[in-house]
Amino acid sequence: MLNERIILAGFGGQGIMLMGQLLTQAGMNEEKEVSWLPSYGPEMRGGTANCDVMISDKPIASPIISADATCAIVMNLPSMVKFVPEVEPGGVVLVNSSLIEETVERTDVKVYYIPCNDIANDLGNMKIANMVMLGAYIEIRRSLDPESVLQALESKLGMTKASLMDINRQAFAKGAEAAKLQM
Amino acid sequence: MSKVLMKGNEAIGAAAIAAGCKYFFGYPITPQSELPEYMSARLPKIGGVYLQAESEVAAINMVYGAAGTGKRVMTSSSSPGIALKQEGISYIAGAELPCVIVNMVRGGPGLGSIQPAQSDYNQATRGGGDGDYKLLVYAPGNIQEMVDLVQLAFDKADYYRNPVMILGDGMMGQMMEPVEFKEMPKMDLPAKDWATTGTQEKRKPNVINSLYLAAEELEQHNIHLQTKYQEMIDKEIMFEEYNMEGAELVIVAYGTTARISKAAVDLLQAQGIHVGLIRPITVWPFPYQAIKDLPESAKNILCVEMSMGQMIDDVRIGNEGQRPIHFVGRSGGMIPTPQLVIDKVKEILNGGK
Repeated sequence: MLNERIILAGFGGQGIMLMGQLLTQAGMNEEKEVSWLPSYGPEMRGGTANCDVMISDKPIASPIISADATCAIVMNLPSMVKFVPEVEPGGVVLVNSSLIEETVERTDVKVYYIPCNDIANDLGNMKIANMVMLGAYIEIRRSLDPESVLQALESKLGMTKASLMDINRQAFAKGAEAAKLQM
Repeated sequence: MSKVLMKGNEAIGAAAIAAGCKYFFGYPITPQSELPEYMSARLPKIGGVYLQAESEVAAINMVYGAAGTGKRVMTSSSSPGIALKQEGISYIAGAELPCVIVNMVRGGPGLGSIQPAQSDYNQATRGGGDGDYKLLVYAPGNIQEMVDLVQLAFDKADYYRNPVMILGDGMMGQMMEPVEFKEMPKMDLPAKDWATTGTQEKRKPNVINSLYLAAEELEQHNIHLQTKYQEMIDKEIMFEEYNMEGAELVIVAYGTTARISKAAVDLLQAQGIHVGLIRPITVWPFPYQAIKDLPESAKNILCVEMSMGQMIDDVRIGNEGQRPIHFVGRSGGMIPTPQLVIDKVKEILNGGK
């Protein structure tokens, strides 16, 4: 039974909130129970950003993660320091190894190192590092159909930005490839 | 209609518009600013008015004026902003006008924090303004329920000619959940023959006022208001019971803390500990009878709040001294975890205080 509790974290501008919203939207489209809870506060502008996403077969009682995350996606070092302890034993951590040189010390979680910014850079657009990570996440967790996530992005981009869909698809696929090498 | 993913604050705006609200007067404050923002984008396109007032006091008085015309009108704010509106709310209740007021509560007192809290319970249920008045207060437990209750609130406000409050919190305002805008059953409402819409020289002018210089008259007015509030007590109480049969302890919580408590109830059940939950959906009128009539099996009551303990007084009234009442909560914008609730339940069941 699916009961995925994900923390996504990074700095403002990395597209963290969007990543969370795409997973939530995709989950909703697959008729799962979902919630998206952002951090909000004076620290948002230029500071850290994080959100909790729940995707479940059962109605979501509490939308807040409290040391019971099944997965943490950390896009920068302060996020890794802060949120790796929130993952339950046996959970998964996805580290953006382009910006984080350190490794996760915990031995009771499975860690994947995805060089999101390097892959995005190779594709020629730094803004799609978040989609690289989402591709890796879906490959590892299989909590949702990859196409649902891409469709959620497509509707988010809308008509005016539809031309960006191609490079986002590439980023998503490259992320999945990078994850596969570590599985 | 199919489901859409919406932020709580925006969902309230969409629900209000679905209920026929075309007028919004407010002043921005975190964590509810997405609601006025949403209204500012939508209302001008449907022939309505969005106006950002110079202050909360001005905004509530604009609501007073608009409500006097019989049109559906709304305002929203968060804790210190709602505190500023209290004078106007008392006037609107005194003048018997319908409106919907949203409070997405944040930590207090004073300017406090911008994080979620439930520490405006007393302000909402006891009346923060002067005089013997009451608001019908809905405390939704999730965004879908919030959408449904906002639409109901406009009907109830019209029916009772009284302000209705939606009591949420910063978390419910900021989070996203799927919502569905259902076709709501329409209440049969009386014509608004009291509205000040111009006489056309065909009738006597209507007067909207909360000033009664003759004490005898004001007393009669107050007696009339009380019959209305009694009707709300008789007809409007809403609550949810969860896992109650055979529960050895019952948690009482509303809104966000009810969600957290529900998670705790499920986790405890998996450990073989049977705990029930009563979730008031109206916090005024409060479901006293449900507290009074707990199952025999329940030996203790636990209140969970994001405050230092305010609703606990209503639980005491309903309990009538039957069972020990315990409290656990966080305040200032801190959110209790299911684990905090679980630990407290175990402490109580093991004989702790």
